[in-house]
Amino acid sequence: MSAVIAKGVGKTFGTKSGDVVALTDVELTVEPGEFVSLIGPSGCGKSTLLRLIADLDSATTGELEVFGKAARQARIDQDYGIAFQQAGLLPWRTVAGNIALPLELHGVSKKARADRVAELAALVGLDDFVDRYPDQLSGGMQQRVAIARALAEQPRLLLMDEPFGALDEMTREYLQGELARIAAETGAAVVFVTHSIPEAVFLSDRVVVMSPRPGRITDILTTGLGDARTEALRESPEYFERVTAVREALHGAPVERANER
Amino acid sequence: MSRSRAAIAWGALGVLAVLVAWELYKFLGPADGLIVGAVAGETGSGVMILPRTNDRAMPHIWDMVARLFQSASGGDTPPLIVPVVTAALTTLGIAAVGWLIGVAVGALLGLVMQRWRLAEWGLLPWIVVSQTVPLIAFAPLIASIGSQVDRAGTVPWPQWLSVAVIASYLAFFPVAVGVLRGLESPDRIHLDLMRTYAAGYWPTLFRLRLPAAVPHLLPALRLAAANAVVGAVVAEVSIGMRGGIGRMLIQLAGQGSSDPAAPWGPTFGSIALGLVAAGSVALVGLGLRNYRRGEAAV
Ligand SMILES: Nc1ncnc2c1ncn2[C@@H]1O[C@H](COP(=O)(O)OP(=O)(O)OP(=O)(O)O)[C@@H](O)[C@H]1O
Ligand SMILES: [Mg+2]
Repeated sequence: MSAVIAKGVGKTFGTKSGDVVALTDVELTVEPGEFVSLIGPSGCGKSTLLRLIADLDSATTGELEVFGKAARQARIDQDYGIAFQQAGLLPWRTVAGNIALPLELHGVSKKARADRVAELAALVGLDDFVDRYPDQLSGGMQQRVAIARALAEQPRLLLMDEPFGALDEMTREYLQGELARIAAETGAAVVFVTHSIPEAVFLSDRVVVMSPRPGRITDILTTGLGDARTEALRESPEYFERVTAVREALHGAPVERANER
Repeated sequence: MSRSRAAIAWGALGVLAVLVAWELYKFLGPADGLIVGAVAGETGSGVMILPRTNDRAMPHIWDMVARLFQSASGGDTPPLIVPVVTAALTTLGIAAVGWLIGVAVGALLGLVMQRWRLAEWGLLPWIVVSQTVPLIAFAPLIASIGSQVDRAGTVPWPQWLSVAVIASYLAFFPVAVGVLRGLESPDRIHLDLMRTYAAGYWPTLFRLRLPAAVPHLLPALRLAAANAVVGAVVAEVSIGMRGGIGRMLIQLAGQGSSDPAAPWGPTFGSIALGLVAAGSVALVGLGLRNYRRGEAAV
């Protein structure tokens, strides 16, 4: 069963100055365990698509299935975990309290909660910080807490909207490596929104290229880089080749290439 | 911690400045004030532009303090400070009841207005209008309703309850507005997050909206405490309740010409009352420190 199936999905926002077509005719399937990035210029509907999958907004047209159910049912069943560009931690809760929030809301016992929090804190490398408050953490650490929280209920699908967007390049690359490892370890499918071509290529099995006005999918590229997401990969020729391919898809392919197809 | 120490130092400096200004003016100002445009032989004519500084109008601060420790009304009556403290405590108790009623009503209104948009549109204008009704007009009404209920006999309604209700009338307003703003303060991202957890109204209220409301709530509670004290003092005076600091103020002010330092006793009493009320709420804030972290972060 696919993690996500979108068939002819469209979203139109009614605003005071008229309708805004944020998405049209989105056809996309995400397989279990697959890492899919959405990339495209600002306003092409990446966040909108993610929010539709998360049932934070509802599609105007088309059909959207998450693990074979309606998006709403998948949300209620807690089939996905989500992380945004801002960590969105509750400032009055410690790291442990923040990670435990979804567990607490779903009636997980105190003991089980503590065990799971310890496990997750270790997974994102924050064992020593569980008693800190968010304002005592760096941006990168806050983002790692947010990822741990998204993973708390062992979701089979992880939705991430530019989670590393506000971080410096070094932290970013480090967390990309961590995320690749975590995704592989947990076997969760990931839908990952980003503005960064290298980030998309490094992390993904497939890169979905989108274009604005109206927001739509223009290309889907398979990276075929295998399972090894190591730092060495960033220097390999295949990696550079993929980066170039995505860049060309984003900016419109050169004419010869278009003819070849 | 050093910040709070600095705050105390500045506060003490402010008090000292007022005391110095008082004594300085008393020393420099004209004993009988400065009156312009007075007609000879006509008392009370003209406009006073500088107040009198004689001992009757402006007693020395040390005289006011000393008066606190002299017998209240001659003979072997206890020193003035004893009835002042008793009266202040009486009023404090009534103000506390008023505060509790006000906070309960205000919080309920805030909750209802946040839950239902329609309720906000319907209620908020009335809540604002309610505060423009002068307390003096409103107090006798409550007092007469109270005494009617009391006379009917099914429920006892002592006079102090009327005072508490009137105090609550001033106290509920900041709470209602503060709770409403506070409950609406969570960021979009946090509300979205709760939605992804499929959390309904109550879990969202307890886990997100209420904790997020604390920074709005504390100033509202402090304001409510100050309002409750003012309301209680004014209500005591306007419905003529005995035993509280308001009544005592009026009584001693009446004897001001013969005993000018005496009315300052209950004046200090009511100032102390306000400080204690506001301070108690600050204590609540201390317990809720962690919920104010958002103010420092980001
Ligand atoms: N709630 C909304 N109401 C009206 N229009 C909206 C709303 N949300 C998004 N839009 C519009 O839909 C389009 C797509 O927005 P979206 O946020 O999905 O873009 P994005 O690809 O995530 O952009 P960015 O890379 O800047 O985050 C934009 O034109 C935006 O103005
Ligand atoms: Mg976006």
